[in-house]
Amino acid sequence: MNTGFDPAFLSATTNSFTDFARSVAPDVLPHVSSEQLAAAPGHRAGVPDGTTIIAFKTAHGVLMAGDRRATVGNLIASHIIEKVHAADSASVIGIAGTAGLALELIRLFQLELEHYEKIEGTPLSLEGKANRLASMLRAGLGLAMQGLAVVPLFAGVEPGRDSGRIFSFDVTGGKYEEVNFHSIGSGSGFARGALKKLWSPGLSEAGGVRVAVEALIDAADDDSATGGPDFVRQVAPVVRVVDADGVRRIPESEVLQYATAVVASRAEGDRP
Amino acid sequence: MSAPFYVSPEQLMKDRAEFARKGIARGRSVVVLRYDDGILLLAENPSATLHKIAEIYDRIAFAAVGKYNEFETLRQAGVRYADLRGFSYDRADVTARGLTNAYAQTLASVFTTESKPFEVELVVAEIGEHPSSDRLFRLSYDGSVADENEHVAIGGQAEEIGKRLSGLRTAGKPLAEVLAIGHTVLGTGRDEDVDLDDLEAAVLERSASSHRTFRRLQPDDLRALLAAPTTDEATSGEGTGGDEATTASGADTEARGDEGQ
Repeated sequence: MNTGFDPAFLSATTNSFTDFARSVAPDVLPHVSSEQLAAAPGHRAGVPDGTTIIAFKTAHGVLMAGDRRATVGNLIASHIIEKVHAADSASVIGIAGTAGLALELIRLFQLELEHYEKIEGTPLSLEGKANRLASMLRAGLGLAMQGLAVVPLFAGVEPGRDSGRIFSFDVTGGKYEEVNFHSIGSGSGFARGALKKLWSPGLSEAGGVRVAVEALIDAADDDSATGGPDFVRQVAPVVRVVDADGVRRIPESEVLQYATAVVASRAEGDRP
Repeated sequence: MSAPFYVSPEQLMKDRAEFARKGIARGRSVVVLRYDDGILLLAENPSATLHKIAEIYDRIAFAAVGKYNEFETLRQAGVRYADLRGFSYDRADVTARGLTNAYAQTLASVFTTESKPFEVELVVAEIGEHPSSDRLFRLSYDGSVADENEHVAIGGQAEEIGKRLSGLRTAGKPLAEVLAIGHTVLGTGRDEDVDLDDLEAAVLERSASSHRTFRRLQPDDLRALLAAPTTDEATSGEGTGGDEATTASGADTEARGDEGQ
Protein backbone atom coordinates (compact mmCIF):
# COMPACT_ATOMS: atom_id res chain seq x y z
CA MET A 1 0.00 0.00 0.00
CA ASN A 2 1.18 3.48 -0.83
CA THR A 3 1.45 5.34 2.44
CA GLY A 4 2.07 8.82 1.09
CA PHE A 5 5.18 10.73 2.01
CA ASP A 6 8.27 8.83 3.00
CA PRO A 7 8.83 9.41 6.75
CA ALA A 8 11.97 11.41 5.86
CA PHE A 9 9.80 14.05 4.16
CA LEU A 10 7.84 14.61 7.37
CA SER A 11 10.68 14.42 9.84
CA ALA A 12 13.48 16.24 7.97
CA THR A 13 14.67 19.37 9.72
CA THR A 14 17.07 20.71 7.09
CA ASN A 15 16.27 23.75 4.99
CA SER A 16 18.82 22.77 2.36
CA PHE A 17 17.57 20.95 -0.71
CA THR A 18 21.00 19.47 -1.38
CA ASP A 19 21.26 17.98 2.10
CA PHE A 20 17.73 16.61 1.88
CA ALA A 21 18.23 15.11 -1.58
CA ARG A 22 21.52 13.57 -0.49
CA SER A 23 19.73 11.73 2.32
CA VAL A 24 16.67 10.49 0.41
CA ALA A 25 17.61 10.40 -3.30
CA PRO A 26 21.35 10.80 -3.82
CA ASP A 27 21.06 9.64 -7.45
CA VAL A 28 19.44 12.86 -8.59
CA LEU A 29 22.36 15.04 -7.51
CA PRO A 30 25.19 15.75 -9.94
CA HIS A 31 27.93 13.35 -9.02
CA VAL A 32 30.76 11.61 -10.84
CA SER A 33 32.35 8.79 -8.87
CA SER A 34 36.09 8.33 -8.79
CA GLU A 35 35.61 4.90 -10.47
CA GLN A 36 33.83 6.55 -13.40
CA LEU A 37 36.65 9.05 -13.72
CA ALA A 38 39.30 6.35 -13.52
CA ALA A 39 37.51 4.37 -16.23
CA ALA A 40 37.74 7.31 -18.60
CA PRO A 41 41.37 8.38 -18.75
CA GLY A 42 41.96 11.57 -20.63
CA HIS A 43 38.43 12.66 -19.80
CA ARG A 44 39.39 16.30 -20.22
CA ALA A 45 39.23 15.82 -23.97
CA GLY A 46 35.58 15.57 -24.88
CA VAL A 47 34.10 17.62 -22.08
CA PRO A 48 32.89 21.10 -23.09
CA ASP A 49 34.28 24.12 -21.27
CA GLY A 50 32.60 27.47 -20.77
CA THR A 51 34.64 30.64 -20.67
CA THR A 52 34.64 34.37 -19.98
CA ILE A 53 32.26 35.92 -17.43
CA ILE A 54 32.51 39.50 -16.17
CA ALA A 55 30.67 41.37 -13.44
CA PHE A 56 30.87 44.92 -12.12
CA LYS A 57 28.97 47.34 -9.92
CA THR A 58 26.69 49.94 -11.48
CA ALA A 59 24.93 53.00 -10.07
CA HIS A 60 22.05 50.98 -8.60
CA GLY A 61 23.26 47.40 -8.47
CA VAL A 62 25.41 45.01 -10.46
CA LEU A 63 25.75 43.84 -14.04
CA MET A 64 26.98 40.41 -15.13
CA ALA A 65 27.71 39.33 -18.68
CA GLY A 66 29.12 36.26 -20.37
CA ASP A 67 30.00 35.16 -23.88
CA ARG A 68 28.12 32.34 -25.59
CA ARG A 69 30.87 29.88 -26.54
CA ALA A 70 31.62 26.42 -25.15
CA THR A 71 34.72 24.63 -26.37
CA VAL A 72 36.08 21.07 -26.45
CA GLY A 73 39.81 21.36 -26.89
CA ASN A 74 40.31 23.35 -30.08
CA LEU A 75 36.75 22.78 -31.27
CA ILE A 76 33.68 24.88 -30.60
CA ALA A 77 31.05 22.79 -28.82
CA SER A 78 28.33 25.43 -28.73
CA HIS A 79 27.74 28.91 -30.13
CA ILE A 80 24.68 29.62 -28.05
CA ILE A 81 25.33 28.31 -24.52
CA GLU A 82 24.12 30.61 -21.74
CA LYS A 83 26.46 30.86 -18.77
CA VAL A 84 24.91 33.77 -16.85
CA HIS A 85 21.65 32.96 -15.08
CA ALA A 86 19.38 34.55 -12.51
CA ALA A 87 19.98 32.70 -9.22
CA ASP A 88 16.77 34.16 -7.77
CA SER A 89 14.94 37.47 -8.00
CA ALA A 90 17.83 39.46 -6.50
CA SER A 91 21.03 37.76 -7.62
CA VAL A 92 22.82 36.33 -10.65
CA ILE A 93 25.36 33.56 -11.12
CA GLY A 94 27.80 33.02 -13.98
CA ILE A 95 30.00 29.97 -14.38
CA ALA A 96 33.24 29.15 -16.15
CA GLY A 97 34.65 25.65 -16.35
CA THR A 98 33.27 22.22 -17.22
CA ALA A 99 29.96 23.16 -18.84
CA GLY A 100 27.91 20.09 -17.95
CA LEU A 101 28.72 20.26 -14.26
CA ALA A 102 28.45 24.05 -14.28
CA LEU A 103 24.92 24.11 -15.68
CA GLU A 104 23.85 21.44 -13.22
CA LEU A 105 25.40 23.40 -10.35
CA ILE A 106 23.45 26.50 -11.44
CA ARG A 107 20.20 24.50 -11.50
CA LEU A 108 20.93 23.08 -8.07
CA PHE A 109 21.91 26.47 -6.66
CA GLN A 110 18.74 28.12 -7.99
CA LEU A 111 16.65 25.40 -6.39
CA GLU A 112 18.66 25.63 -3.17
CA LEU A 113 17.73 29.32 -2.81
CA GLU A 114 14.10 28.76 -3.74
CA HIS A 115 13.80 25.78 -1.40
CA TYR A 116 15.21 27.74 1.53
CA GLU A 117 12.85 30.63 0.81
CA LYS A 118 9.82 28.34 0.73
CA ILE A 119 10.72 26.28 3.79
CA GLU A 120 11.75 29.26 5.93
CA GLY A 121 9.28 31.76 4.50
CA THR A 122 12.01 34.34 3.95
CA PRO A 123 14.90 34.60 1.46
CA LEU A 124 18.53 34.07 2.45
CA SER A 125 20.72 37.15 2.88
CA LEU A 126 23.14 37.86 0.04
CA GLU A 127 26.11 36.81 2.15
CA GLY A 128 24.20 33.65 3.11
CA LYS A 129 23.63 32.79 -0.54
CA ALA A 130 27.34 33.24 -1.26
CA ASN A 131 28.30 31.03 1.68
CA ARG A 132 25.84 28.37 0.56
CA LEU A 133 27.39 28.41 -2.92
CA ALA A 134 30.86 28.09 -1.39
CA SER A 135 29.86 24.99 0.55
CA MET A 136 28.31 23.44 -2.57
CA LEU A 137 31.63 23.97 -4.36
CA ARG A 138 33.50 22.40 -1.48
CA ALA A 139 31.29 19.32 -1.84
CA GLY A 140 32.48 19.01 -5.45
CA LEU A 141 36.15 19.38 -4.58
CA GLY A 142 36.95 15.80 -5.59
CA LEU A 143 35.89 16.53 -9.16
CA ALA A 144 37.87 19.74 -9.22
CA MET A 145 40.99 17.81 -8.23
CA GLN A 146 40.39 15.51 -11.21
CA GLY A 147 40.39 18.50 -13.51
CA LEU A 148 36.62 18.97 -13.80
CA ALA A 149 36.68 22.38 -12.21
CA VAL A 150 33.70 24.67 -11.91
CA VAL A 151 34.34 28.29 -10.92
CA PRO A 152 31.36 30.57 -10.37
CA LEU A 153 30.99 34.31 -10.09
CA PHE A 154 28.08 35.45 -7.94
CA ALA A 155 26.58 38.93 -7.65
CA GLY A 156 23.43 40.45 -6.31
CA VAL A 157 21.65 43.14 -4.38
CA GLU A 158 20.63 42.82 -0.74
CA PRO A 159 16.83 43.28 -0.63
CA GLY A 160 15.96 46.91 0.01
CA ARG A 161 19.46 48.17 -0.80
CA ASP A 162 20.53 50.29 -3.73
CA SER A 163 24.00 48.83 -4.24
CA GLY A 164 25.34 45.48 -5.36
CA ARG A 165 28.04 43.10 -4.18
CA ILE A 166 30.21 40.68 -6.15
CA PHE A 167 31.70 37.41 -4.89
CA SER A 168 34.26 35.25 -6.63
CA PHE A 169 35.19 31.70 -5.65
CA ASP A 170 37.91 29.17 -6.16
CA VAL A 171 37.52 25.42 -6.69
CA THR A 172 38.15 24.68 -3.02
CA GLY A 173 35.14 26.74 -2.00
CA GLY A 174 37.10 29.85 -1.04
CA LYS A 175 34.89 32.94 -1.18
CA TYR A 176 36.28 36.38 -1.95
CA GLU A 177 34.31 39.60 -2.11
CA GLU A 178 35.38 41.83 -5.02
CA VAL A 179 35.50 45.60 -4.71
CA ASN A 180 34.35 47.00 -8.05
CA PHE A 181 34.59 44.45 -10.84
CA HIS A 182 35.84 40.96 -11.56
CA SER A 183 36.13 38.46 -14.39
CA ILE A 184 36.62 34.70 -14.56
CA GLY A 185 37.41 32.16 -17.29
CA SER A 186 40.06 31.80 -19.94
CA GLY A 187 39.56 35.29 -21.41
CA SER A 188 39.30 36.94 -18.02
CA GLY A 189 42.72 38.59 -18.14
CA PHE A 190 41.88 40.55 -21.29
CA ALA A 191 38.39 41.41 -20.04
CA ARG A 192 39.75 42.64 -16.72
CA GLY A 193 42.28 44.78 -18.53
CA ALA A 194 39.45 46.40 -20.43
CA LEU A 195 37.40 46.89 -17.27
CA LYS A 196 40.33 48.61 -15.56
CA LYS A 197 40.25 51.31 -18.23
CA LEU A 198 36.52 51.48 -18.96
CA TRP A 199 34.78 50.92 -15.63
CA SER A 200 33.92 53.93 -13.49
CA PRO A 201 31.76 54.24 -10.37
CA GLY A 202 28.08 55.05 -10.87
CA LEU A 203 27.72 53.60 -14.38
CA SER A 204 24.23 53.95 -15.84
CA GLU A 205 22.54 50.85 -17.25
CA ALA A 206 23.23 51.85 -20.87
CA GLY A 207 26.83 52.79 -20.03
CA GLY A 208 27.23 49.48 -18.22
CA VAL A 209 26.02 47.39 -21.15
CA ARG A 210 28.46 49.24 -23.44
CA VAL A 211 31.37 48.56 -21.05
CA ALA A 212 30.40 44.89 -20.75
CA VAL A 213 30.24 44.45 -24.51
CA GLU A 214 33.62 46.17 -24.97
CA ALA A 215 35.26 43.97 -22.34
CA LEU A 216 33.85 40.77 -23.86
CA ILE A 217 34.91 41.82 -27.36
CA ASP A 218 38.43 42.38 -26.00
CA ALA A 219 38.39 38.90 -24.45
CA ALA A 220 37.10 37.32 -27.66
CA ASP A 221 39.71 39.21 -29.67
CA ASP A 222 42.65 37.55 -27.93
CA ASP A 223 41.23 34.33 -26.44
CA SER A 224 40.13 31.66 -28.90
CA ALA A 225 37.86 30.01 -26.32
CA THR A 226 35.74 33.16 -25.90
CA GLY A 227 33.12 33.95 -28.52
CA GLY A 228 32.47 37.50 -29.70
CA PRO A 229 29.07 38.84 -30.73
CA ASP A 230 27.91 36.72 -33.67
CA PHE A 231 26.28 38.97 -36.25
CA VAL A 232 25.68 36.10 -38.67
CA ARG A 233 23.60 34.05 -36.21
CA GLN A 234 22.39 37.15 -34.34
CA VAL A 235 23.80 35.76 -31.09
CA ALA A 236 24.82 38.35 -28.49
CA PRO A 237 26.46 37.94 -25.07
CA VAL A 238 24.07 37.38 -22.18
CA VAL A 239 23.85 40.58 -20.13
CA ARG A 240 21.87 40.65 -16.88
CA VAL A 241 21.43 43.61 -14.57
CA VAL A 242 20.32 43.40 -10.93
CA ASP A 243 18.88 46.32 -8.99
CA ALA A 244 16.22 46.90 -6.34
CA ASP A 245 13.53 45.94 -8.89
CA GLY A 246 15.02 42.51 -9.50
CA VAL A 247 16.96 40.74 -12.24
CA ARG A 248 16.50 41.75 -15.86
CA ARG A 249 18.07 40.41 -19.03
CA ILE A 250 19.00 43.02 -21.62
CA PRO A 251 17.31 41.94 -24.87
CA GLU A 252 19.66 40.30 -27.34
CA SER A 253 18.77 42.75 -30.13
CA GLU A 254 19.75 45.66 -27.88
CA VAL A 255 23.10 44.07 -26.96
CA LEU A 256 23.76 43.48 -30.66
CA GLN A 257 23.19 47.18 -31.33
CA TYR A 258 25.82 48.08 -28.72
CA ALA A 259 28.15 45.47 -30.24
CA THR A 260 27.63 46.94 -33.71
CA ALA A 261 28.52 50.39 -32.39
CA VAL A 262 31.63 49.12 -30.60
CA VAL A 263 32.84 47.19 -33.65
CA ALA A 264 32.21 50.20 -35.90
CA SER A 265 34.14 52.59 -33.65
CA ARG A 266 37.07 50.17 -33.50
CA ALA A 267 37.07 49.68 -37.27
CA GLU A 268 37.41 53.44 -37.70
CA GLY A 269 40.23 53.54 -35.18
CA ASP A 270 42.10 50.73 -36.92
CA ARG A 271 42.19 52.53 -40.26
CA PRO A 272 45.54 54.09 -41.09
CA MET B 1 -4.41 -6.99 35.36
CA SER B 2 -7.05 -5.48 33.17
CA ALA B 3 -7.66 -6.74 29.68
CA PRO B 4 -8.09 -3.98 27.09
CA PHE B 5 -11.72 -3.20 26.39
CA TYR B 6 -13.06 -4.19 23.02
CA VAL B 7 -13.85 -1.13 20.92
CA SER B 8 -15.63 -1.69 17.64
CA PRO B 9 -13.89 -0.30 14.56
CA GLU B 10 -16.89 1.91 13.87
CA GLN B 11 -16.71 3.45 17.30
CA LEU B 12 -12.95 3.88 17.04
CA MET B 13 -13.17 5.75 13.73
CA LYS B 14 -16.07 7.81 14.97
CA ASP B 15 -14.17 8.86 18.08
CA ARG B 16 -11.12 9.81 16.07
CA ALA B 17 -13.17 11.76 13.54
CA GLU B 18 -14.95 13.62 16.31
CA PHE B 19 -11.65 14.42 17.97
CA ALA B 20 -10.19 15.80 14.74
CA ARG B 21 -13.34 17.75 13.89
CA LYS B 22 -13.40 19.39 17.30
CA GLY B 23 -9.82 20.55 16.88
CA ILE B 24 -10.50 21.96 13.44
CA ALA B 25 -13.74 23.67 14.44
CA ARG B 26 -11.89 25.75 17.02
CA GLY B 27 -9.78 27.43 14.33
CA ARG B 28 -10.66 30.29 12.05
CA SER B 29 -11.56 29.72 8.45
CA VAL B 30 -9.70 29.89 5.17
CA VAL B 31 -11.35 30.47 1.79
CA VAL B 32 -9.84 29.79 -1.60
CA LEU B 33 -11.59 31.32 -4.60
CA ARG B 34 -10.87 31.30 -8.31
CA TYR B 35 -10.88 34.62 -10.14
CA ASP B 36 -10.43 35.49 -13.80
CA ASP B 37 -6.61 35.61 -13.74
CA GLY B 38 -5.86 32.98 -11.10
CA ILE B 39 -6.69 31.82 -7.60
CA LEU B 40 -7.07 33.90 -4.43
CA LEU B 41 -6.30 32.41 -1.01
CA LEU B 42 -7.62 34.21 2.05
CA ALA B 43 -7.24 33.44 5.74
CA GLU B 44 -8.01 35.22 8.94
CA ASN B 45 -4.68 35.14 10.70
CA PRO B 46 -3.54 37.71 13.26
CA SER B 47 0.06 36.45 13.00
CA ALA B 48 2.15 37.90 10.18
CA THR B 49 4.76 35.16 10.38
CA LEU B 50 2.96 31.90 11.20
CA HIS B 51 1.38 31.44 7.80
CA LYS B 52 -1.70 29.41 6.94
CA ILE B 53 -1.19 30.03 3.24
CA ALA B 54 2.02 29.15 1.45
CA GLU B 55 3.77 28.53 -1.83
CA ILE B 56 4.50 24.92 -2.69
CA TYR B 57 5.71 25.22 -6.26
CA ASP B 58 5.51 27.33 -9.42
CA ARG B 59 1.75 27.00 -9.89
CA ILE B 60 0.73 25.28 -6.65
CA ALA B 61 -0.30 26.83 -3.35
CA PHE B 62 -1.27 25.38 0.00
CA ALA B 63 -3.78 26.55 2.58
CA ALA B 64 -4.50 24.92 5.91
CA VAL B 65 -6.45 25.18 9.13
CA GLY B 66 -6.06 23.29 12.36
CA LYS B 67 -3.00 22.63 14.47
CA TYR B 68 -0.07 24.73 13.31
CA ASN B 69 2.72 22.24 13.94
CA GLU B 70 0.85 19.51 12.08
CA PHE B 71 0.03 21.44 8.93
CA GLU B 72 3.48 23.05 8.96
CA THR B 73 4.99 19.56 8.86
CA LEU B 74 2.72 18.68 5.94
CA ARG B 75 3.54 21.94 4.15
CA GLN B 76 7.28 21.34 4.40
CA ALA B 77 6.84 17.76 3.22
CA GLY B 78 4.93 19.13 0.22
CA VAL B 79 7.70 21.60 -0.63
CA ARG B 80 10.28 18.81 -0.39
CA TYR B 81 8.16 16.50 -2.52
CA ALA B 82 7.63 19.15 -5.20
CA ASP B 83 11.22 20.38 -5.30
CA LEU B 84 12.65 16.88 -5.44
CA ARG B 85 10.26 15.86 -8.18
CA GLY B 86 10.87 19.03 -10.18
CA PHE B 87 14.62 18.57 -9.92
CA SER B 88 14.61 14.88 -10.87
CA TYR B 89 12.25 15.35 -13.83
CA ASP B 90 11.14 18.80 -14.94
CA ARG B 91 9.31 21.73 -13.39
CA ALA B 92 6.30 20.93 -15.57
CA ASP B 93 6.05 17.46 -14.02
CA VAL B 94 5.02 18.71 -10.57
CA THR B 95 1.23 18.59 -10.38
CA ALA B 96 -1.37 19.27 -7.72
CA ARG B 97 -2.87 15.83 -8.35
CA GLY B 98 0.35 14.03 -7.41
CA LEU B 99 0.82 16.20 -4.35
CA THR B 100 -2.79 15.75 -3.27
CA ASN B 101 -2.44 11.98 -3.54
CA ALA B 102 0.62 12.03 -1.32
CA TYR B 103 -1.20 14.19 1.23
CA ALA B 104 -4.28 11.99 1.12
CA GLN B 105 -2.28 8.81 1.69
CA THR B 106 -0.35 10.39 4.53
CA LEU B 107 -3.46 11.75 6.25
CA ALA B 108 -5.30 8.45 5.82
CA SER B 109 -2.46 6.37 7.19
CA VAL B 110 -2.02 8.67 10.19
CA PHE B 111 -5.78 8.63 10.79
CA THR B 112 -5.95 4.84 10.94
CA THR B 113 -2.60 3.82 12.41
CA GLU B 114 -1.31 6.59 14.67
CA SER B 115 -2.58 7.13 18.18
CA LYS B 116 -3.94 10.55 17.25
CA PRO B 117 -5.16 11.80 13.85
CA PHE B 118 -3.93 15.06 12.33
CA GLU B 119 -6.28 17.89 13.32
CA VAL B 120 -5.99 19.65 9.97
CA GLU B 121 -7.87 20.43 6.80
CA LEU B 122 -5.95 21.39 3.67
CA VAL B 123 -6.54 22.94 0.30
CA VAL B 124 -4.14 22.31 -2.58
CA ALA B 125 -4.70 24.84 -5.37
CA GLU B 126 -3.13 24.87 -8.80
CA ILE B 127 -3.53 27.30 -11.69
CA GLY B 128 -3.32 25.94 -15.20
CA GLU B 129 -2.30 27.60 -18.44
CA HIS B 130 -5.99 28.16 -19.04
CA PRO B 131 -8.79 28.68 -16.53
CA SER B 132 -10.26 25.31 -17.51
CA SER B 133 -7.25 23.51 -16.02
CA ASP B 134 -7.35 25.25 -12.63
CA ARG B 135 -7.57 22.75 -9.77
CA LEU B 136 -8.87 23.05 -6.20
CA PHE B 137 -8.53 20.00 -3.93
CA ARG B 138 -9.87 19.92 -0.41
CA LEU B 139 -8.38 17.34 1.96
CA SER B 140 -9.87 16.28 5.27
CA TYR B 141 -8.19 14.95 8.40
CA ASP B 142 -9.02 11.37 7.37
CA GLY B 143 -7.47 11.65 3.92
CA SER B 144 -10.69 12.06 1.98
CA VAL B 145 -10.38 14.31 -1.04
CA ALA B 146 -12.91 16.55 -2.73
CA ASP B 147 -12.35 18.21 -6.10
CA GLU B 148 -13.94 21.68 -6.04
CA ASN B 149 -14.78 23.88 -8.98
CA GLU B 150 -15.15 27.55 -8.07
CA HIS B 151 -14.27 28.02 -4.41
CA VAL B 152 -13.66 26.09 -1.24
CA ALA B 153 -13.77 26.93 2.46
CA ILE B 154 -12.14 25.06 5.33
CA GLY B 155 -12.02 25.55 9.10
CA GLY B 156 -14.46 26.39 11.84
CA GLN B 157 -17.03 28.25 9.72
CA ALA B 158 -16.46 26.19 6.57
CA GLU B 159 -19.95 24.88 6.22
CA GLU B 160 -21.61 28.21 6.74
CA ILE B 161 -19.26 29.97 4.35
CA GLY B 162 -19.83 27.22 1.83
CA LYS B 163 -23.56 27.87 2.06
CA ARG B 164 -23.10 31.58 1.49
CA LEU B 165 -20.86 30.96 -1.49
CA SER B 166 -22.90 28.12 -3.00
CA GLY B 167 -24.09 28.82 -6.49
CA LEU B 168 -21.80 31.82 -6.81
CA ARG B 169 -19.47 31.67 -9.81
CA THR B 170 -16.28 33.58 -9.08
CA ALA B 171 -14.00 32.24 -11.85
CA GLY B 172 -15.02 34.97 -14.29
CA LYS B 173 -14.79 37.89 -11.89
CA PRO B 174 -11.81 40.23 -11.42
CA LEU B 175 -9.58 40.01 -8.35
CA ALA B 176 -10.93 43.10 -6.54
CA GLU B 177 -14.47 41.77 -6.71
CA VAL B 178 -13.54 38.26 -5.60
CA LEU B 179 -11.45 39.70 -2.76
CA ALA B 180 -14.47 41.69 -1.58
CA ILE B 181 -16.59 38.54 -1.62
CA GLY B 182 -13.93 36.54 0.23
CA HIS B 183 -13.46 39.27 2.81
CA THR B 184 -17.17 39.44 3.48
CA VAL B 185 -17.71 35.69 3.86
CA LEU B 186 -14.73 35.33 6.19
CA GLY B 187 -16.65 37.50 8.64
CA THR B 188 -19.45 34.91 8.72
CA GLY B 189 -20.91 34.37 12.16
CA ARG B 190 -19.68 37.70 13.50
CA ASP B 191 -20.94 41.24 13.65
CA GLU B 192 -18.10 42.93 11.82
CA ASP B 193 -15.77 42.20 8.92
CA VAL B 194 -12.30 40.80 9.50
CA ASP B 195 -9.75 43.56 10.06
CA LEU B 196 -7.56 43.91 6.99
CA ASP B 197 -4.41 43.74 9.11
CA ASP B 198 -5.54 40.30 10.31
CA LEU B 199 -6.13 39.05 6.80
CA GLU B 200 -3.52 36.80 5.24
CA ALA B 201 -3.90 36.86 1.48
CA ALA B 202 -2.03 35.49 -1.52
CA VAL B 203 -2.69 34.85 -5.17
CA LEU B 204 -1.53 32.44 -7.85
CA GLU B 205 -1.39 34.67 -10.93
CA ARG B 206 -1.72 33.27 -14.43
CA SER B 207 -0.14 36.43 -15.87
CA ALA B 208 2.91 36.38 -13.55
CA SER B 209 6.14 37.20 -15.36
CA SER B 210 8.28 34.72 -13.41
CA HIS B 211 7.83 30.93 -13.34
CA ARG B 212 6.78 31.34 -9.70
CA THR B 213 3.19 32.55 -9.77
CA PHE B 214 2.60 32.78 -6.00
CA ARG B 215 2.49 36.28 -4.56
CA ARG B 216 1.51 37.47 -1.08
CA LEU B 217 -0.81 40.48 -0.88
CA GLN B 218 0.19 42.97 1.82
CA PRO B 219 -2.45 44.90 3.80
CA ASP B 220 -1.74 47.94 1.60
CA ASP B 221 -2.41 45.91 -1.56
CA LEU B 222 -5.67 44.70 -0.02
CA ARG B 223 -6.76 48.24 0.86
CA ALA B 224 -5.99 49.43 -2.66
CA LEU B 225 -7.94 46.53 -4.18
CA LEU B 226 -10.92 46.94 -1.88
CA ALA B 227 -10.97 50.70 -2.41
CA ALA B 228 -11.19 50.23 -6.17
CA PRO B 229 -14.73 50.71 -7.43
CA THR B 230 -16.48 47.36 -7.61
CA THR B 231 -19.49 46.55 -9.71
CA ASP B 232 -22.87 45.63 -8.28
CA GLU B 233 -22.28 41.92 -8.79
CA ALA B 234 -20.22 41.64 -5.62
CA THR B 235 -22.87 43.19 -3.45
CA SER B 236 -25.61 41.14 -5.05
CA GLY B 237 -23.51 38.03 -4.28
CA GLU B 238 -23.30 39.13 -0.66
CA GLY B 239 -27.02 39.82 -0.56
CA THR B 240 -28.12 36.38 -1.63
CA GLY B 241 -25.56 34.69 0.61
CA GLY B 242 -26.28 36.88 3.61
CA ASP B 243 -29.86 35.71 4.03
CA GLU B 244 -28.86 32.08 4.05
CA ALA B 245 -26.08 32.74 6.52
CA THR B 246 -28.35 34.21 9.14
CA THR B 247 -30.68 31.22 8.98
CA ALA B 248 -27.82 28.71 8.97
CA SER B 249 -25.70 30.19 11.75
CA GLY B 250 -27.70 28.69 14.59
CA ALA B 251 -27.68 25.21 13.11
CA ASP B 252 -23.97 25.25 12.48
CA THR B 253 -22.66 23.00 15.23
CA GLU B 254 -25.35 20.39 14.78
CA ALA B 255 -24.86 20.31 11.05
CA ARG B 256 -21.15 19.73 11.56
CA GLY B 257 -21.81 16.72 13.75
CA ASP B 258 -23.69 14.98 10.95
CA GLU B 259 -21.11 15.77 8.30
CA GLY B 260 -18.40 13.42 7.16
CA GLN B 261 -18.72 9.81 8.14
